[in-house]
Amino acid sequence: MSKFLLKNVSLLGDAATDVLIEGEHIIAVGGDAAAQGASAEIIDCTGLIAVPGLVDLHTHLREPGFEASETVLTGTRSAAAGGFTAVHAMANTSPVADTAGVVEQVWSLGLAAGFADVVPVGAVTVGLEGKQLAELAAMADSRAQVRVFSDDGKCVSDPLLMRRALEYVKAFDGVVAQHSQEPRLTEGAQMNEGVVSAELGLAGWPAVAEESIIARDVLLAEHVGSRLHVCHLSTAGSVEIVRWAKARGINVTAEVTPHHLLLTDELARSYDAVYKVNPPLRTQADVLALREALIDGTIDIIATDHAPHPDESKDCEWNAAAFGMLGLEVAASVAYDVLIGSGASNWQRFAEVLSYNPAQIGRLSQQGQPIEVGSTANLALIDPTKRRDAVSIESKSSNNPYVGLTVGGEVVHTIYRGYPTKLNGKVAAEGRSLGNSKNLARTASKAGK
Amino acid sequence: MSTLKHLLSAADLSRDAAINLLDIAETMSGVNDREIKKLPTLRGKTVVNLFFEDSTRTRISFELAAKRLSADVINFSAKGSSVSKGESLKDTAQTLEAMGADGVVIRHSASGAAYTLAHSGWINGAIVNAGDGTHEHPTQALLDAFTIRRRLHGGAASGKALDGVKVAIVGDVLHSRVARSNLLLLNTLGAEVHLVAPPTLLPADASGWNAQIHYDLDAMLHTVKPDAVMMLRVQLERMNAAYFPSEREYARVWGFNAERLSLLGEKALLMHPGPMNRGLEISAAAADSPNSTVLEQVANGVSVRMAVLFNLLSGERSIDNV
Repeated sequence: MSKFLLKNVSLLGDAATDVLIEGEHIIAVGGDAAAQGASAEIIDCTGLIAVPGLVDLHTHLREPGFEASETVLTGTRSAAAGGFTAVHAMANTSPVADTAGVVEQVWSLGLAAGFADVVPVGAVTVGLEGKQLAELAAMADSRAQVRVFSDDGKCVSDPLLMRRALEYVKAFDGVVAQHSQEPRLTEGAQMNEGVVSAELGLAGWPAVAEESIIARDVLLAEHVGSRLHVCHLSTAGSVEIVRWAKARGINVTAEVTPHHLLLTDELARSYDAVYKVNPPLRTQADVLALREALIDGTIDIIATDHAPHPDESKDCEWNAAAFGMLGLEVAASVAYDVLIGSGASNWQRFAEVLSYNPAQIGRLSQQGQPIEVGSTANLALIDPTKRRDAVSIESKSSNNPYVGLTVGGEVVHTIYRGYPTKLNGKVAAEGRSLGNSKNLARTASKAGK
Repeated sequence: MSTLKHLLSAADLSRDAAINLLDIAETMSGVNDREIKKLPTLRGKTVVNLFFEDSTRTRISFELAAKRLSADVINFSAKGSSVSKGESLKDTAQTLEAMGADGVVIRHSASGAAYTLAHSGWINGAIVNAGDGTHEHPTQALLDAFTIRRRLHGGAASGKALDGVKVAIVGDVLHSRVARSNLLLLNTLGAEVHLVAPPTLLPADASGWNAQIHYDLDAMLHTVKPDAVMMLRVQLERMNAAYFPSEREYARVWGFNAERLSLLGEKALLMHPGPMNRGLEISAAAADSPNSTVLEQVANGVSVRMAVLFNLLSGERSIDNV
């Protein structure tokens, strides 16, 4: 069995110690680790911060169907580069992940790639069409054990269907992750509706189209006593609604993307479609509200909404371009800048928003665990001193909106189930071999806050 | 003297550059009054009219302007071309570049298409925005400014700006590229801009705009006493998208009719970029009144577009040699 000794590593910013990994698990921490680690391969982690392996609740891996943009392999390599050890693969593939067959296919592609746990998200409705519930229980019972359901890219806008979905997933402790976008209010929408859209003559995507759906959904979740997850919340008003819902005791969680924490609609002035995303980049006031909400706990997680597109879908006039941007390889750095570099928060919060909480929402038992003896060895090791160009190398696509920006917090090593998928800044040539990977049970996670 | 590389937005023009263009247009207008309406200035240059959207008026205006400057003109229209078969803007642009276009006049349904073309590296020629989606139409703003300046100052127009001139723009401001370009250029030239529209046809947030906003056309005419009123064309499909209830109501509340004509000063201009919906945003009586400048705008459009093409494409040559 492989054995790695992480030397001089700081766990979530604490004093340096050692961590010994054998096989898939952490078997010793501190003095014991060095004592038992004589035969281990040493990974020098001097100056590095260890956080539990990052978990993305919102990734578009594009396979099956859109392999020109990304595959499970390239997408999970990109994840490994960014410190992720688990990604939730969104359902808007072709065919749509709305049956047990498709989610099992995606799940097994992830297993074969071996760079991260690939956790399929099931579609809420057949074909993402918002008309008829997909076979949610079949997906939940499949080998992929789907717990997160989403029509992401489209909103489950029919209130009755949304109510039924929220109720139905209670049977297997599932959660509906809603892409909150009132369709009639956003017909033809191209960017945030505001001062900039008025000037640019691009059709507006008003904040109220997001906020009105979130308001409706939290009330529905309260009424049926179910769990709601709000995808990529993007406005200050959405933050207020989620804050209110949580204060009322409603079981709602919310995510924010790295790009909504950093970029604003001013970037659309270039008409460069790399900045075209859904929901759109908002204003600086929204960015500040989202950051505050991430720090105070109103927003539970950062999720990337990593959305690869081929060049031809972006290298064109704005209206014709696809929505979406890359995020896996930059998310940790944006989180570092917002939480740590800014001095506003700490590594504990970093671990919560990028690992503990998303694993808890997705009910992943072997992700988002504290770094302690017995935990599965999923770790990201981050150099907090280094500033770097915000590049995205491993993804098959290049729609990276951070090009030209410098960000903090470089992921130096990623350990996925005891296997270094990234070592000394380089992603491994091969993924972890299949071996003993069958045990991906996702019963209720004991890990957490 | 050519300082502009492209004309993409009315915001590209400084006050001096705008006045300079209007002055060149005055000279060009003189050419248009000659028996032989032609200058050799752009001989050997190729201008492509790249029209992804139908607009016969704008296209023939640019075509005439380029031909009067002796340029070779190619009309590339989306209909019947490879564009309708799904060829991208990029491929079209690169094709034109390979054929050696010196200038490309582009009309496109997508806002920002001209900007994208100019900044993509796909093509090296000068780009003139002849209307991009609901964004801008800078040569329309120039010809409108030219028309106002001429009506106010006659033969003494050269060198003048529009300081203190009160201009009201009325109608579908939200979707109007004419309104956006006029707003910018009129501000640059010192005019005072008033926008009049139903609230549904104004941007949700116009706080970035240097203009006064009105919902009541009659009240605006009474209180502002504008020197010029620009009526915008109303697209009938807007009605189906609930921007306003009916044609009748629109015409009654925001249309320019004979009664409103009586509120207009004798010398005030009543403008329309064409084509007009007679009976909707403008009544026949108003359109055919002495205040109406609709046909002058058409004639001035050729002069202004000659000035723009001359400025962008003539290299070192000076207007003094014309």
